[in-house]
Amino acid sequence: MIRFDGVTKQYDTGSGTTSVAVDHLSLEAPTGKITVLVGPSGCGKTTTLRMVNRMISPSSGTISIDGRDTASMDVAELRRGMGYVIQHAGLFPHRTVLDNVTTVPRLLGVDKRSARARAMELIERVGLDPDLARRYPAQLSGGQQQRVGVARALAADPPVMLMDEPFSAVDPVVREQLQNEFLRLQSELSKTILFVTHDIDEAVKLGDQVAVLRIGGVLAQLATPATLLSDPVDDFVAGFVGRDRGYRALSFAAAPELRLEPEPTVPLGASAEQVRATGATWVICVGESGEPLGWVRAAAVTESVTRDLLHRGGTVASTDGSLRALLDAALSSPSGRGVVADTEGRFVGTIRASEVVPVIEARQAAST
Amino acid sequence: MTWALDHLDEILTRAVQHAWLAGLPLVLGLLIALPLGWLANRKAWIHGTLLTTTGLLYTIPSLALFILLPSILGTKILDPVNVIIAMTVYTVALLTRTVADGLSAVDPATRQAAVAMGFGPVARVRSVDLPLAIPVVAAGLRVAAVSNVSIVSVASLIGISQLGYFLTDGYARTFPTEVWVGIVACVLLALVFDLVILGIAWLLTPWTRVRA
Repeated sequence: MIRFDGVTKQYDTGSGTTSVAVDHLSLEAPTGKITVLVGPSGCGKTTTLRMVNRMISPSSGTISIDGRDTASMDVAELRRGMGYVIQHAGLFPHRTVLDNVTTVPRLLGVDKRSARARAMELIERVGLDPDLARRYPAQLSGGQQQRVGVARALAADPPVMLMDEPFSAVDPVVREQLQNEFLRLQSELSKTILFVTHDIDEAVKLGDQVAVLRIGGVLAQLATPATLLSDPVDDFVAGFVGRDRGYRALSFAAAPELRLEPEPTVPLGASAEQVRATGATWVICVGESGEPLGWVRAAAVTESVTRDLLHRGGTVASTDGSLRALLDAALSSPSGRGVVADTEGRFVGTIRASEVVPVIEARQAAST
Repeated sequence: MTWALDHLDEILTRAVQHAWLAGLPLVLGLLIALPLGWLANRKAWIHGTLLTTTGLLYTIPSLALFILLPSILGTKILDPVNVIIAMTVYTVALLTRTVADGLSAVDPATRQAAVAMGFGPVARVRSVDLPLAIPVVAAGLRVAAVSNVSIVSVASLIGISQLGYFLTDGYARTFPTEVWVGIVACVLLALVFDLVILGIAWLLTPWTRVRA
């Protein structure tokens, strides 16, 4: 557990004036959980993060890790016990991927062979091709570099990870991949993570708890993502959390077991007769293992079902997904019927928005 | 050409002497410039003062330095040590700024990551900052090497044996061939220095040659 106790950081701005970056911050980042610090620029979130490994020293207050005051610890030892990941990965350009990952274990005195063996394991674990181990950072894409950054931070198996906007510099598609893999890794590793971002969506997606900071480094609200969306403490938090809060909060409500409507399905390449025989206006086309590929409009099929006839707009909800995914599948479907797949990705049936909404209303009624 | 071939032994001997007088100070100067350049980057107030002072050393006329050093150091006027020290001073003058620039050109994100990973100040310079500064420092060294080869020739005026002898002797005897031999030998020597520095830098920086 990382604990902040009345932590303040102020800077001299010359001529006797000071500016406050972090103001009497008290919070706890529980062991094995992801605590996200989020806020607009100038809210002191990065300063807060850097005070944990003493790259910045607090003006007053204490930060302790599992009850030990960090100010009393040897600074090199403190830092080597924490993984640190930053925006542009900050890899050493003159070292290969492998040597980047072995950095901290080598500093800790681990022999080269076991450090390298462990590094290879981590490189694969973060989803990188082992062949990349001999490359230099300049030969990798931004997303790959960021994965190396994560592997490097994990190399000495530190209980604590500090992450400063680690996924901000990559494009949205790669960012989502990295976020999902990060959550998967965390479910296996259970590190105590302090994560800084300016992106509230990322905060809500990744955080077990989210600390919203306002400019001047004052803690506005510390809550679970669901509470943050459903019950922002003031106008600042409400404004920062943004629009569509009601809809986004549904991400945290697990989809209930609903009665799904069975649908006729056709395989790719089915003939126009087969499609018309279903008698439906829109028909689901499924792949070889039963995965939904998309809707096809029966009237549009002249010879057979081809890929370019498929409507790609609809999202697919999973039976173990959220209410939000369920509602979105219904709303995005050209037929008005949301496609639902099981945990293996196989098509199981459809659901209408009018069937999801009563569940949401019942849930609301129960919580008030 | 015949004259050069007849005097090949003498040319080679003087070339080796020249190489020592220009090359040893290059190494010594680099060893002094490294901590000075590092120091210049540590504190803002020392940065300007230090770099201006070391830079100004280069403006001291070499002949004056060769003549003055014995009286300052208590060495004999014909002692090659005077030349070595004078050339070291010039090397420091040229390299301190280069080293400071090279170290400050390291990407802040890289440096920050190194600090966060628990590198101490010395380990960080040795393992991160310095290797990354090699291309810049090597460029500075190449300038200093050429400058040293050129300035060392002046030492023939105070009777220190090296390639500059052919310039003064040829002039005194009004024998242009000998002057030309001196010039060509100096240029060739400078070229050798240049290639050696390039080669060492090439070996030390494999990461600069990879393609993205």
